[in-house]
Amino acid sequence: MTTPVTDGTGSGSGTSPGSTLRVVLLLVGGIVAVALSVGAAITLGPADVSLVNVRDVLLNHLGLADIPVRVVKDAIVWEERLPRALTAAAAGAGLGICGAVMQSLLRNPLADPFLLGISSGASTGAVVIGVLGVGGSVIGLSGGAFIGALLAFALVMLLARLAGGGTDRVILAGVASTQLFSALTSFVIFAFADADETRGVMFWLLGSLEGVRWDDVALCAVVVAVGIALCLAYSHALDAFSFGDEIAASLGIAVARVRLGLLVLTALITATLVSVTGAIGFVGLVLPHAARFLFGPRHAGLIPATALIGAVFMVWVDAVSRVAFQPTPLPVGVGTALVGVPAFVLILVRNRRGQ
Amino acid sequence: MTLQADRVVWHRGGKLVVDEVTLRPAPGTTIGLLGPNGSGKSSLLRLLNGTAKPESGVVTLDGAELSSLARRDIARSVAVVSQHADTDVDIRVRDVVRLGRIPHRGSFGTASATRDEEAVAEALRHTGLADKADQRWHTLSGGERQRAHIARALAQEPRELLLDEPTNHLDIRHQLELLSLVSRLPVTSVIALHDLNLAAIFCDEVIILERGRAVAAGPPREVLTAELIARVYGVRARVGVDERGRLTVLFEPGALESSDELTPEDAPPAW
Repeated sequence: MTTPVTDGTGSGSGTSPGSTLRVVLLLVGGIVAVALSVGAAITLGPADVSLVNVRDVLLNHLGLADIPVRVVKDAIVWEERLPRALTAAAAGAGLGICGAVMQSLLRNPLADPFLLGISSGASTGAVVIGVLGVGGSVIGLSGGAFIGALLAFALVMLLARLAGGGTDRVILAGVASTQLFSALTSFVIFAFADADETRGVMFWLLGSLEGVRWDDVALCAVVVAVGIALCLAYSHALDAFSFGDEIAASLGIAVARVRLGLLVLTALITATLVSVTGAIGFVGLVLPHAARFLFGPRHAGLIPATALIGAVFMVWVDAVSRVAFQPTPLPVGVGTALVGVPAFVLILVRNRRGQ
Repeated sequence: MTLQADRVVWHRGGKLVVDEVTLRPAPGTTIGLLGPNGSGKSSLLRLLNGTAKPESGVVTLDGAELSSLARRDIARSVAVVSQHADTDVDIRVRDVVRLGRIPHRGSFGTASATRDEEAVAEALRHTGLADKADQRWHTLSGGERQRAHIARALAQEPRELLLDEPTNHLDIRHQLELLSLVSRLPVTSVIALHDLNLAAIFCDEVIILERGRAVAAGPPREVLTAELIARVYGVRARVGVDERGRLTVLFEPGALESSDELTPEDAPPAW
């Protein structure tokens, strides 16, 4: 792997523990870890696929080689497990940075991408399509989820504005709207769904990467890549929010515009991801905290770090959910929550001690 | 030319909080904003830093109206140390001070990393925090946190420094240290203060606000009289000059009959 490099205190700005050199090394390591995780995750599963097979299939499809591989293995790797692993990586990265950005913007360590009612709005949208069949064939479950997510987000921002603005109002409006849409989702399921529909929708509500295709990968990857780039462009503005709006404004940040813009960005990223994978909880809540422990709170390092940790985490959680109870797949949201809840409790305990 | 307010008026939540106040600090001086709670000190500071726009009158920076300037351009000249600026972020002192360099950066980088680090190091040295630079924010005392905020503001390399009750919650020694630090800085400072004796020691000029209006202005020794304190604060005070020629204000217990105590205007603004 990487050779140890002494962080000389001599020249330049890299004198502190969170120095540029250290961040660059860890980021390179992170990218390698994501690639290895994707490769390793692909080998897991009932059909026997080795790392060598994975390499061969990849080289073949990238046009770099023409190695004979059995058609079944090629299909499993290229049509099934690879798009799935890549979507998991994109979802983990995207949900992670959304959480990091929201925690900073709203100055709340417990903020996550679903705080703004996005996930419950998506659920309601999905069950309205999936169970009630409203515009079903045209919009689809994913389209319904996307629309529901954005409607819920719009409602939260409207409520927050009516309540006088401010970060605490955004959070309260988000909590209220999350409850409202959860209730609507349950209502639709209980009142209208038959057993089959319920099972289908429930699996999706808990998050699932079953049957993702390459166009899903492309959509998620593009949205997440653009999201990471924009968040990085605003990393100094995000730093400026550490001490609240007034200080941020005095540091030259157009507070209202930047906050609304970044919240809309996180809403769009989250809505896109949720429409593909369903509601995967806790990634956005917990992983930014893990990244802060490792990289410090400065967003220039925190954003890419959270993205990489999120990607690795989701690839493995999805792989484990896929094989743990095979042939029955576990909803991936269950896996993230089983890991996420203990981590969440740790954060709570740590915050209590800090005060 | 500096940061100036000319006959600024501002209503907040339907109440008149700043009423035709004019402020023209001479460059490099320390100006005290005095007045009871709710007299408009914080509101005037918000107009001066451009986070609020006056309904009439103008705030100008080097002759240009503040509202016509980009926030970042204002931030390159005007720094703010506000009340209650705390954080949950587990951030080190050096990184707090580095925040002051944000106005000097572009989106993707900084004009000069060396310049940034120099400004941060100098601000830390100036505020006596150089040896605490790698400490966590939460381990600092109240006085150290205020100094860290001032260091952050200094790293901004401003010409104008606006401070809102920076000595709140500090013990006497830290109050003195902080204000002597501020008054020695080569910047124009406008400080909202409660303590009249501290204002008398450290301010070149004071402005007395009462219900948004500037009712007196000038050097502390000319402005701070027993009559004015009785009228504005509603308390009896004895004002004297000690053997070193310094103004001292002693308060007597018991309110004046005419005092109207704290009015509802004192409530902090609803957000």
